[in-house]
Amino acid sequence: MSADERLVLRGPAGYGEAIEAEALVSSDGFSARYDLDHTTGVISREAHELYGQSLVGKVLVVSTAKGGTATGWRLFDLVERGTAPAALVFRATNPVMVQGAVMAGIAIMHRLVPDPVEAIASGDWLRLRPADGEIDVERRA
Amino acid sequence: MLAGAAGPAARWGIEYQRSVGEFFGAERMVAVRSAHIHCDGEALGEPGAAFLEDWARRGARLAIPMTMDPRSTDPGRAREIGQDDAIVAEEARIVGALTAMGAIPSNTCINYQTLDVPHLGERLAWGDTGTVIWANSVAGARSNFEGGPAALAAALTGRVAEYGFHLDEHRRGTVLVEVEDQPRCLTDWGALGALVGRAYPDYWEVPVLTGLERNPAPDELKHLGAALASYGSQAMFHMIGVTPEARSVEDAFGGEPPERRMSVPPGALAGLYESFLPERGAPDLVVFGTPQLSLLEFRRIAEGLAGRSVRTTVFLTTSAQVRAGADDYGYTELARAAGAVVLTGVCFYLMTARELARTRGFRTLLTDSAKLANTVQGYGYNPVLRPTDECVEIAVRGRFAA
Repeated sequence: MSADERLVLRGPAGYGEAIEAEALVSSDGFSARYDLDHTTGVISREAHELYGQSLVGKVLVVSTAKGGTATGWRLFDLVERGTAPAALVFRATNPVMVQGAVMAGIAIMHRLVPDPVEAIASGDWLRLRPADGEIDVERRA
Repeated sequence: MLAGAAGPAARWGIEYQRSVGEFFGAERMVAVRSAHIHCDGEALGEPGAAFLEDWARRGARLAIPMTMDPRSTDPGRAREIGQDDAIVAEEARIVGALTAMGAIPSNTCINYQTLDVPHLGERLAWGDTGTVIWANSVAGARSNFEGGPAALAAALTGRVAEYGFHLDEHRRGTVLVEVEDQPRCLTDWGALGALVGRAYPDYWEVPVLTGLERNPAPDELKHLGAALASYGSQAMFHMIGVTPEARSVEDAFGGEPPERRMSVPPGALAGLYESFLPERGAPDLVVFGTPQLSLLEFRRIAEGLAGRSVRTTVFLTTSAQVRAGADDYGYTELARAAGAVVLTGVCFYLMTARELARTRGFRTLLTDSAKLANTVQGYGYNPVLRPTDECVEIAVRGRFAA
């Protein structure tokens, strides 16, 4: 792994403990209620770019937080069911996703530079340090 | 509160709110008048219900009034609808726990039209995106989207972290929307919201609508807002000359010229309807009421059905407050006599829609709600959007084609 294959994204402090996992990236938005089958952790909206893919144990990297206030509860439910993502990264998130992540104890970050949706590919290995507002990206895709 | 003097529940609440507030750089906490909580069994699941029961058992009491959003079932009708007994039991646990803490079991998403009407400048902690966008836009009150745990935390502490739509800087318009395709019916307003929400799907976007030839009715504003929030995750809009923080374009943009513009050209609304195509010649069900029907909406549908018979499954969903009026004035009987099913305290997409698709074979769903047409797609439905009166005619015919 050469130095130029590593990349660091920086932004405001996020929420949660440091964590590392594989990235699952989409330029679509994400709603934990309307896009996801919560019993399996698989994206269930046919029109979604990640339709049919599982986010279980992945760092979900997407553009925006979509949809309703159900996300406030839903992430907690996913953690208990074992169908939760490892962490969430948004270009810019709405409050409900943060409220849900704090309730569930899932790390969440946003407003990073460079743009995570452009800079990260599905399959890359990510190390998140939310308290420092940093993500290390290791290319594996 | 952090020291625990107000009890363990308020301490949990304030610590939770501090974590969320820090994420958004909030500098202080501010008092809120009321909370509204999204708390249906389908969203909470077992861990959410257990969490609420735990606090209720430990004697948690709310500091301010809190109303409750619709439920996943109308308990007395669950079997007839085809729902599992398990959801009835889980719902009873949630309602029991929240009511023990002092919440009002209102089971409504139109609290702003009935029992908690907000006004200019007051601060709220509301969940259900449709209620928040109404409060911010039409009333000029101030609330972020508060998810279930966040609304509960606010009700326990009586305050919220001051960020987002509590601050003037986030309430200003971000994009000017020039409407050249005039909405003509209730569903058209939802379609307009869908177009603008889809174009700018971001909580922090505040569209400013101009070019409208008619001051919309409250139910039309309700469908516009619900669709903006559903398709765009937006929490606020301005409409020049209609909403209180938009006396002029300049007012809506805080004195700055608009940086971005969007046009809704002639034919755009028809195009939105055409994006929802039926897969078959007949709908499996017709659903009215997302958000729940107001009395005026209910009456229009009931009168359309009067003296006729529906040839498919038809649901009307509303609140107990509207239902009481509809019963008194005879509208419920008109709908029932035609074979429609009137459900109280629920909203279709919260009603274990995925399970109903399996047990009842529901797939093609006809509705006059742009919001419902969006949300049911996540549950594997084939939604079809048509104006209210057309939905009534199709329900009676049992087929799309005349």
